[in-house]
Amino acid sequence: MNSRRKKRLVLASALVGGVAAVASLLLYALNSNLNLFYTPSEIINGKVDTGVKPEIGDRIRIGGMVTEGSVVRDPKSLDVSFAVHDANGGQVTVTYDDLLPDLFREGQGVVAQGVLVAPGKLQATEVLAKHDENYMPPEVAAAMGKNHQKMEYTAEQMASGGSK
Amino acid sequence: MWKWLHPYAEPQRAYQLAGKFIPWLSILATLMLLTGTIWGMVFSPTDYQQGDSYRIIFVHVPAASMSMSAYIGMAIAAFIGLVWQIKLADWMAASIAPVGAVITFIALVTGSTWGKPMWGTWWVWDARLTSELVLLFLYLGVISLYASFEDKVLAARAAGILAIVGVINIPIIKYSVDWWNSLHQGSIKMTGKTAMPPDMLVPLVINILGFGVMIAALSLVRFRAEILARNGMRPWVRELAQAEGVK
Repeated sequence: MNSRRKKRLVLASALVGGVAAVASLLLYALNSNLNLFYTPSEIINGKVDTGVKPEIGDRIRIGGMVTEGSVVRDPKSLDVSFAVHDANGGQVTVTYDDLLPDLFREGQGVVAQGVLVAPGKLQATEVLAKHDENYMPPEVAAAMGKNHQKMEYTAEQMASGGSK
Repeated sequence: MWKWLHPYAEPQRAYQLAGKFIPWLSILATLMLLTGTIWGMVFSPTDYQQGDSYRIIFVHVPAASMSMSAYIGMAIAAFIGLVWQIKLADWMAASIAPVGAVITFIALVTGSTWGKPMWGTWWVWDARLTSELVLLFLYLGVISLYASFEDKVLAARAAGILAIVGVINIPIIKYSVDWWNSLHQGSIKMTGKTAMPPDMLVPLVINILGFGVMIAALSLVRFRAEILARNGMRPWVRELAQAEGVK
């Protein structure tokens, strides 16, 4: 390899290395800001690294698992409330008055955006279902005792309409 | 090894060699994509949660993963072109870019159409979606830089530097779902207890490889066109044009 090629090789490698270093420092600095949502225990105890805790009235996103048996629905309207928990023991109650996504299930992941109206209580304006990376045929799921029913709405509930 | 490789670094030989590969790669890609897609769309079982909607995975995942592989391929070509100043490598990088951009676009569109019924939204600014969008912009940047200069040696250098710098985005896309919490689900596990059942996984893997072969075939078609465009004044190109009856 002649010296000009060697110089270019060193320059190009240094470029890649330099940019990689800059990017990793940048991502390290931004780390917690790149998260899409707060987990329920972060809302209650603050973030692990910075201790930042959302204030009442803040517009935030929260992500976690819908607690089994916590979904309470108003039979006359679309109003629904459910609890979202995470593995670290935090739990936050979410209220919502619009159609839930098809994949909304108890025991499944969910991301809700809304205003924190009281400690541990979120008035959601948007609820998104977060599905996981496990795919299986229905028979297998039934055999494993994972039978999740889709939410069905009655005509009366649909007629009452949501906020949108 | 360099002595053996050297004749292929000649545009004419590379042109002919690429021409020999294209039909085989095209047939292989067609067969694989037909097998994988029909298997996935018709014969694979439905998902216990998502029903039939999950089947978009057979297009979305191959497009997304190959958009990253194509980028790595383009960056390696650009690196070789930049360091060893091999024009053929520059042309190869320039040929991969538009193909990769289209594949990235397919990944974003299919992901979006999956997101609407499953998540309840077309788009969220989470780490995975945003970094994949950045990948599309990187491809577009490389394409437009290469197109902006009349002098193609300079153009390849500018586009090549962008392509090489952009490689840093690839691990960010790949690990975004592990490093940060996001709406996008984690990567499919190929092995282990919670792995996908083989009836879903095998057609998916066939389609991923099929997309790879398809990208290779399409890039080689563009590569041949690029060689002709850059060597328009050479006698062999003129002879070829005359033989084909082109004025």
